[in-house]
Amino acid sequence: MTNVEVRSIAKNYGSVPVLTDISTDFTQGSFTSLLGPSGSGKTTLLRIIAGFIIPDQGNVAIGGNDVTRMPVWARNIGMVFQSYALFPHMTVNENVAFGLARRGIKGEESRKQVERALELVRLPGFGDRKPKQLSGGQQQRVALARAIVTKPSVLLLDEPLSALDRRLRQEMQVELIRIQKESGLTTIFVTHDQEEALTLSDKVAILDRGRIVQIGAPTEVYERPKTRFAAEFLGDTNFLTGTVVAGGIRLANGSTVAVDAPLPATGSEATVAVRPEKIVIRDVARGGKDTDRSNRVSATISSSVYAGTALTYEAAFDGLSFKIFAQNSDARPHSVGDVVELTWSPLHTVPLEAAA
Amino acid sequence: MKIAARFYIAAILAFLYLPILVMMAMGFNESPLYELPFSFSTRWYQALAGNAPLVNSGINSIWIAVATSIIATVLGTMASVALSRRTFRGKTLLQLMLLPPIAIPWLITGTAMLVFFFYSGIGRGLHALLIGHVALAIPYVVLVVGTGFQTVRADLEEAAMSLGSTPVHAFFSITLPLLYPSILGAALFAFAVSLDQFVISYFLATPGFSTLPVQIYSAIRKGFTPEINAISTILLVGSMAVIVIFALFAKPGGVSDKR
Repeated sequence: MTNVEVRSIAKNYGSVPVLTDISTDFTQGSFTSLLGPSGSGKTTLLRIIAGFIIPDQGNVAIGGNDVTRMPVWARNIGMVFQSYALFPHMTVNENVAFGLARRGIKGEESRKQVERALELVRLPGFGDRKPKQLSGGQQQRVALARAIVTKPSVLLLDEPLSALDRRLRQEMQVELIRIQKESGLTTIFVTHDQEEALTLSDKVAILDRGRIVQIGAPTEVYERPKTRFAAEFLGDTNFLTGTVVAGGIRLANGSTVAVDAPLPATGSEATVAVRPEKIVIRDVARGGKDTDRSNRVSATISSSVYAGTALTYEAAFDGLSFKIFAQNSDARPHSVGDVVELTWSPLHTVPLEAAA
Repeated sequence: MKIAARFYIAAILAFLYLPILVMMAMGFNESPLYELPFSFSTRWYQALAGNAPLVNSGINSIWIAVATSIIATVLGTMASVALSRRTFRGKTLLQLMLLPPIAIPWLITGTAMLVFFFYSGIGRGLHALLIGHVALAIPYVVLVVGTGFQTVRADLEEAAMSLGSTPVHAFFSITLPLLYPSILGAALFAFAVSLDQFVISYFLATPGFSTLPVQIYSAIRKGFTPEINAISTILLVGSMAVIVIFALFAKPGGVSDKR
């Protein structure tokens, strides 16, 4: 069931378009990430859904009601800000009870709901503290409790984890998923961290220069990126450009790469993407075991970066450079100058749409 | 090093407060010519009770300072909200235009006001004095409250609105309590600017209506009497008491922490 719906949203700042024709749905109870680099318009879209920004064109509907012209305070949203925005002159209890009081819930009922919200974010007993007596992660939890205690129609998160250090962030990611599932709130999460988006979301929307370039489940957007931008933004990728032939593309050096997906018309130019971890290195000199992966090119290892559990290689072939991620499971790592064969499946060879 | 620092602080305090203490002591000295040895007497306070012009001007001064403080703080805080939270055409120019009145010598401002008030028909007297003092105090209020605004993040108001507050409710429940120490400081500043004000008051006072500094000045021209010390002492103790009470309640810097 659709809960939040945006239709043909456009917003310009002066003559600069920030969002262009954005339309998408957010399903009831789903967790959607708006992912993009800074300036992609992801925060503007979130703030339009929140009601802080009125779009130049288009509509926003929450729970079936058009709220495009409705001010923030009438929309029944919950929002967590990048800086948490806890009220410094109020205790944790007063912070969490603020939204309840605005809805006329006071006294014993308010106290009970605040207590329940603080239990949900695992901060029971912190109610009498002031925000500045809490650590960053604890402030984050209070901000979350404050946003969800009012049972909002939609929970909006504006890069809430970006101020936390790496370990705390991973801990909060797990917490965030738990809290979101327990509360069942439709959640829209703005982030520029692709790993975070993939880990947390049911759906990822990739934004580039004011447009949604792709939206889908994490595996879908990662495994089948539609554009060069989507492929690059969601992690490392190798690109191959060539002329379309039957069942694949022919590269400049004459070798053919098989593609197991619909391609543009034969004879036209096309680019395909291959993720570095999909490629297997076969050591020609050592006569490694052959695989059934039908794409193979011979290349020379040009660099090798050791990182404990994994290795990152770069291999050169015919003027192109390939990046390969390999688990550290080989008897002996490949060294620079080794002549190897790179193999991968046509299933992992993803044709991209021509750049807009 | 430590001794030098202590001596330095002691010297500063001595130069600031010794003249005031001497002035207060002389109000309790019997001699009309400030002669020593000191002999305690309250005769000048008794004489002061009979000196209607001096007492009245003191009362005027306090009323004008209180009124100036309230009006300038309200208007200045409102201006500060606009300058800190909104964008509009000419904002930077407006901000710049607030500063010169602080730097322009009061004598020049006073002369300009006198000429302007004369030609515009505002004239002189209580109302003219009040307008002059408020105009003079507003830039200080805008400056002090504006500095306070920098410690109150704009996203706090947004957070309140996301929780159901109208902008007005968000301002009164979040921004104002956090600005409170700055506003109180600004009010004290405006009070002091008005109470201290001599030049403008001198120009705008009428024979029937003057403030304490103006009255003291005319009294001194006729000759010093310790009655001046007496009323100065009363005023000083009064304003010190107000400041101490404010300081106790406002806890400067304690409420609006920057996180």
